[in-house]
Amino acid sequence: MRPFRFERATDAAHAVALRSDDPEARYLAGGTNLVDLMRLGVETPGTLIDVNRIEGQNDIEETDGGGLRIGAAVSNSELAADPRVRERYEVLSQALLNGASGQLRNLATVGGNLLQRTRCAYFQDVTKPCNKREAGRDPAGCPAREGDHHNLAILGNSELCVATHSSDMAVALAALGATVHVHGQAGARTIPIPGFHRLPGDEPERDTLLEPGELITAVELAPPNAATTRQRYRKVRERRSFAFALVSIAAILQLEAGVARDVRIALGGVAHAPWRAARAEDALKGGPVDEDRAARAAEAELEEARPLRDNGYKVELARNLIVSTMLELAG
Amino acid sequence: MAGADDRARIEPPVLANVGLTINGAQHELTIDTRTSLLDLLREHLDLTGPKKGCDHGQCGACTVLIDGRRANACLALAVAHDGAEIVTVEGLADTDGELHPLQRAFIAHDAFQCGYCTPGQLCSAAGMLGEVRDGWPSAVTPHADGGIELTEAEIRERMSGNICRCGAYANIVPAIADAAA
Repeated sequence: MRPFRFERATDAAHAVALRSDDPEARYLAGGTNLVDLMRLGVETPGTLIDVNRIEGQNDIEETDGGGLRIGAAVSNSELAADPRVRERYEVLSQALLNGASGQLRNLATVGGNLLQRTRCAYFQDVTKPCNKREAGRDPAGCPAREGDHHNLAILGNSELCVATHSSDMAVALAALGATVHVHGQAGARTIPIPGFHRLPGDEPERDTLLEPGELITAVELAPPNAATTRQRYRKVRERRSFAFALVSIAAILQLEAGVARDVRIALGGVAHAPWRAARAEDALKGGPVDEDRAARAAEAELEEARPLRDNGYKVELARNLIVSTMLELAG
Repeated sequence: MAGADDRARIEPPVLANVGLTINGAQHELTIDTRTSLLDLLREHLDLTGPKKGCDHGQCGACTVLIDGRRANACLALAVAHDGAEIVTVEGLADTDGELHPLQRAFIAHDAFQCGYCTPGQLCSAAGMLGEVRDGWPSAVTPHADGGIELTEAEIRERMSGNICRCGAYANIVPAIADAAA
């Protein structure tokens, strides 16, 4: 591992100033992904800026509008266990608890979870080419297309990159519709989820809309939906616990006299970003949630799936997960 | 990656001071900033209870308690935890040498074979029982207010970050259930 200087930021502006003076610097939160990537040689920062002890970033506060403001350094465990989150945003608590292990969730932070990198084996192996790691512009720079891609993307992938985003938390935030607060040299701004994570396109090295040096300071949740709203996170994986998703779903349903008034569906494990299934939502809204309509909604969403040689099973898995989860929520 | 190796040869290590309370004793050390908490414990202080299994946060053999919460010491940079209170398996027993209830239960249930993962299993279980006491849910906790019933399914889910290559889970689970009772 490359030697690095270690700085501790006292506030967001301090962190941004430290980073702007040093293009080889990286922010350090829980470290569960970054330290591993440094050990693998994927990340080689010259300086780490510790952002774990910034005042206010370890708190979960009620906003004036009745939502929640979650500090970026709040641990995944604390957020999952927060009574307000369990009561009002159950899908978020479920998603967090389905991610990683107990000891990793204690270290991992909300900001770090959003910025975790793909677990694509080629990205993590510096002896192999990777367009995401090397900002490559040649389709031949993605060995996953011909190699091991059984757990990679079926939606929104590009010629240059077929990686998936690994977060469970971000899938729930995409369904809930959250806002990411960031601080940069130009000051503070907000970026909505979905939209915070981008598709690979012709810039596979860029996972998010963050500009270099911008720091996530908080994630804000809008006031919860009506009490009649039902929420569910389900995750299919190769073992029952402590594994990344093959396909996951965060679903929110509000029924009024048997009619779907509000439907929100986000999929994980299928794309370079949490995948908000807007076509499926539109197909379900305004009518009953039965097997036929749920199946047509899933078909509408997955029409544009472009699976690779060995991950076509994910299309069927996603379809079945949408149908069974919506029927469960409606039941 | 050749570039990183070249730099490692050229760039000298960066040193930093850290203060940690480890198993009740205060330690002040000057370390390379790259030192993981696991390497600090094992290589600098000869606390070889925490084990280096995978060094990637995937096996749990390095699990220790940081400020009362279980964590993978292999992914924790020591400099980032300056001022923290650390408990390793060596610190679970009380000061008279009386074994921790989890340690006694692991012996009573023969909850290991080779023993390599055991220090991590014990620290993880100790941290996990604290999480249950604090009312933290798991992925299998029914959504209902009130206490958490520590069923076999709960123990297995909550301990999934600790891998046992000998497959001693069949005895680890009842050992933890007994210690929690």
